[in-house]
Amino acid sequence: MEKINIIIDDKQVAVEPGTTVLHAARLIGIKIPTLCYMKLDDLNFENKPGGCRICVVEIEGRRNLAPACKTECTAGMKVKTNTIRVINSRRTVLELILSNHPAECLICAKSGDCELQSLAHKLGIREIHYQGEKSKFKGDKSPSIIREMEKCVMCRRCETACNEVQTVGVLSAINRGFNSVVAPAFEMDFDKTTCTYCGQCVAVCPTGALTERDLTWRVIEALVNPEKTVVVQTAPAVRAALGEAFGMEPGTLVTGKMTAALRKLGFNYVFDTDFAADLTIMEEGTEILDRLSKFLKGDKDVKLPILTSCCPGWVNFLEHNFPELKDVPSTAKSPQQMFGAIAKSYFADKLGIKREDMIVVSVMPCLAKKYESMRPEFSVNGDPDVNISISTRELAQLIRNANIDFNSLPDEDFDSPLGASTGAAVIFGTTGGVIEAAVRSAYELFTKKQLPKLDFEELRGLEGIRQATIDFDGTPINIGIAHGLGNARKLLDDLKAGKCSFHAIEIMACPGGCIGGGGQPYHHGNVEILRKRQSALYIEDKNKPLRKSHENPFIVQLYDEFLGKPLEHKAHELLHTHYFDKKKKIIIE
Amino acid sequence: MGKFKNHILVCLGTGCRASQSEEIIRNFKTALEENDLENDVQIVGTGCFGFCEKGPVIKMVPDNTFYVLVNPEDANEIVLEHIVKGRKVERLLYVDPETKKHVSDSKHMGFYKKQIRIALRNCGFINPENIDEYIARDGYAALGSVISEMTPQEAINVVKDSELRGRGGGGFPTGLKWELTKKSNSDQKYVVCNADEGDPGAFMDRSILEGDPHSVLEAMAICGYCIGANVGVIYIRAEYPLAIQRLKIAIQQARDYGLLGNEILGSKFNFDIEIRYGAGAFVCGEETALIHSMEGLRGEPTVKPPFPAVSGYKGKPTNVNNVETFANIPPIFLKGSSWFKTIGNEKSKGTKVFALAGKVNNVGLIEVPMGTTLREVIFDIGGGIKDGKKFKAVQTGGPSGGCLTEKHLDTPIDYDNLIASGSMMGSGGMVVLDEDDCMVDVARFYLDFTVEESCGKCAPCRIGNKRMNEMLEKITMGKGEEDDIIRLKNLANVIKDTSLCGLGQTSPNPVLSTMDNFMHEYVAHVHDKKCPAKQCKALMQYSIDPNKCVGCTLCSRVCPVDAISGERKEPHKINAALCIKCGACMEKCKFGAISLS
Repeated sequence: MEKINIIIDDKQVAVEPGTTVLHAARLIGIKIPTLCYMKLDDLNFENKPGGCRICVVEIEGRRNLAPACKTECTAGMKVKTNTIRVINSRRTVLELILSNHPAECLICAKSGDCELQSLAHKLGIREIHYQGEKSKFKGDKSPSIIREMEKCVMCRRCETACNEVQTVGVLSAINRGFNSVVAPAFEMDFDKTTCTYCGQCVAVCPTGALTERDLTWRVIEALVNPEKTVVVQTAPAVRAALGEAFGMEPGTLVTGKMTAALRKLGFNYVFDTDFAADLTIMEEGTEILDRLSKFLKGDKDVKLPILTSCCPGWVNFLEHNFPELKDVPSTAKSPQQMFGAIAKSYFADKLGIKREDMIVVSVMPCLAKKYESMRPEFSVNGDPDVNISISTRELAQLIRNANIDFNSLPDEDFDSPLGASTGAAVIFGTTGGVIEAAVRSAYELFTKKQLPKLDFEELRGLEGIRQATIDFDGTPINIGIAHGLGNARKLLDDLKAGKCSFHAIEIMACPGGCIGGGGQPYHHGNVEILRKRQSALYIEDKNKPLRKSHENPFIVQLYDEFLGKPLEHKAHELLHTHYFDKKKKIIIE
Repeated sequence: MGKFKNHILVCLGTGCRASQSEEIIRNFKTALEENDLENDVQIVGTGCFGFCEKGPVIKMVPDNTFYVLVNPEDANEIVLEHIVKGRKVERLLYVDPETKKHVSDSKHMGFYKKQIRIALRNCGFINPENIDEYIARDGYAALGSVISEMTPQEAINVVKDSELRGRGGGGFPTGLKWELTKKSNSDQKYVVCNADEGDPGAFMDRSILEGDPHSVLEAMAICGYCIGANVGVIYIRAEYPLAIQRLKIAIQQARDYGLLGNEILGSKFNFDIEIRYGAGAFVCGEETALIHSMEGLRGEPTVKPPFPAVSGYKGKPTNVNNVETFANIPPIFLKGSSWFKTIGNEKSKGTKVFALAGKVNNVGLIEVPMGTTLREVIFDIGGGIKDGKKFKAVQTGGPSGGCLTEKHLDTPIDYDNLIASGSMMGSGGMVVLDEDDCMVDVARFYLDFTVEESCGKCAPCRIGNKRMNEMLEKITMGKGEEDDIIRLKNLANVIKDTSLCGLGQTSPNPVLSTMDNFMHEYVAHVHDKKCPAKQCKALMQYSIDPNKCVGCTLCSRVCPVDAISGERKEPHKINAALCIKCGACMEKCKFGAISLS
């Protein structure tokens, strides 16, 4: 189609039809400020309710100011983005928003990372001329997410994430006028709803209205307790994002610095969740092969496709929304929980300490992991396998607290034996990675042949639902991948309707997988950051000497010394779980 | 009206019903039975006559005698005197306030003289629960001729040519709206009737639906034929139970007669109507918010475009018109667009229904030609200001409108003039204010409403209106600071300029128009700490005139906070610091010694 010419601040620009004024302006270097607007290309996330009115501009011939984010360019349009009328309106509207916002920046979890704060700074607000009553809402302290809705600016991003991207449907605007807020129905607490704790609402919140449950102080208390052996595990996606919290370029791998920092913080053993990821592949991969072999032999009762079970947000989603499918996912625990179970049995035995005297801390890109670690089935006599789960952001906080100059730290290695991992484990942190890791091992175990090439490009990328057929030496294996729970729902609906021809499906709750988790440094709408984190993980995979989970010598040793064989008695007891029907859990008080 | 010799039309509008008009009907029935007249005289419960000030009203047909302020006890006398003896019951006739003479025919009453009834043509004439009475007054004839004689485009051309504009407030040309919806290609389209009348004090649409529901159904079917829709939806607030009940009856009767449903009047045109209830949110009168509410979503507007004509209910092309707009459609087809254009003025054709309220003698529902002046409405139809007080302002357009003053009295009422004067047509609320009304307080009153009704979606409306309201409250409490007036004006302008929908874009109008016309009152409140209209209690002080006070002590005994002191038989004093301004002392004083200033 022919391009449209418009004039913005006396500069002409030609744009494709359908382009908004906001984007047209960006093309010629005019950055109109926004607040509620957020778009994540490829991730099906577009929030532009036109509600904050910060991006208003003057359009010749129009009576009122128009929101640049919602207004499409039309031929000959003349736009002014910085007249006195626009600037005064923008500042007045921002003052209004600030007049109903707690002035608690000094002690806000979002301070320094808050889009409202940055906007006030950008517009140079020095005085709020319109003071008055502030709205008050019920707080909510769920296992994973804290809601302080007095800080809500009604941008509705969380609502878009929860409903349109994740199709979880817990958050929506309630009440009217000045009392409007985004909340679960009847302002119920999250733990009474079907919230999956995926944390995508937190990931997109511009202010401190939605944040993680901060457990950093509990970590500090554990570290100073001389009676406890404190073991830490770090998930693969953390190393690809932690650097951002210290001003590094997105996609900078900080595995070595992170390990050094954890050691400086005083953890007795710095281990890697990647070790448990390799272990997961052994169990899950064996399970896939087991079901697949039965299926190929004509067993009609075998549950196929098999669904991955590493992601606790996804498991919550299944239990709430598809309990009838609870026998379909792999019974393998998530890497976080496998690690906890092994640390508190195998490794505690090695150290000769009681499991109660060991504290396992996990550093996760994820908020659902906090809830997962508290599930009763993951504890022994009240002692959880994983005691404390903190997010990437909380780890950054701990490092800053301890006066550690992160950027100048030398690289260090993980401790042995639970610190060794293969490249297959590293890519668990991105969408498609778990299934690629599983394929690498399953192929060799199934065909008894060596893989000709390890990089499965067909399984990579950021498209919401992907599929590929992998040739297992003459047997075509159909793989499905979904990230973002809305995409997962589509696959599950197909599965329920019997329209699914996959043998195995990988599902991750967060768009992008763990790299886009709710506990990661904030991306502020820049999807490039997720792409860079993703490529960082593939680079780390490529640079690893071993890239197939079943070749991890410490995994082999673990089975030899302790577990026996995958899926067999001890492995089953420690490394597998089951799922619950939580469909009727909603209770309206 | 059959074999009956006489008819008694009793208003069953909501106002008259509240004043026992149903009991009046029961008493009439008893009285007629007692006199063996039940086969000669028919009682018809009708829709609103409009003259609510004098309700309950009844009309005797055929001689058109109009009785006002009728009590249930009067029924027997009316039957015995009027029907049996043929003598008018003089005491129930309307008394012309000027000539002090009885007026028996409504045609000669000041209230009705300047009115022309198009939208309200059947209200007060027919039994709204009987489709035959509607048909007897040419009902459904327009639908019949449109379906059998016109193509959809020809019919749209008639509406376009009539220059009818939307009566919901925006004034968008109705024919053009229909044409736009017709041009949108889709397998499914919808006709929506916006009956979410939400202005405080407005009851135009309710009266039409209660008094003449078929005219709306007929118009919706015509619209459906024109734009290619076979489903009509009436979105009505659940607080209108009587209108809902009558609509339900009307829809069923129309279906029974083959005027709704499949193959209407033997044609290939199918059209049926369903009712959706609103929860009474003012913003749901805004068409995109209304559509969201119909879809079961939160009632909040979205930015236009896309307009409903392109993407509306369920994402399909949807034509949304207001009740009164629809009520104008059948007469336009029956009498022709050129007839319609003879009424009204240059840019606004036809009539407009107003709910006239406030400090005016004749409160009620009126329909006047566009171009009628405010003076004619307030003084000729409205009978002037109550209790001989001085006219101060008239608020048109409800909470979204503005206050017009003395200088606007001779402005002809039409869409464009009202906007040019700083107000708007709105859906037709008209509240008259007199010298006792404080304009700052009036602005605050309307803001109370808007704050309550904001949906909360956009920041300027959600927070800005609240802040404006707080500032007005501060000013009326005597705590206003010099900067507040400038701040308030800036805030009002920004809210108007930046809000997402019509609600926020117009909510500052009461503030801006009172500031434009009554700035001295704002200044008096802020600078002098005085309320010129003596309405803002915080700025008033009660005092005792020592020359009139006889020291009876009654005031000090009634004062709930012991703010009044004085010796018996000596003049008393009020301690202003303690006084809570309840006014109990002034009410009790028998000597007129206590005053408010």
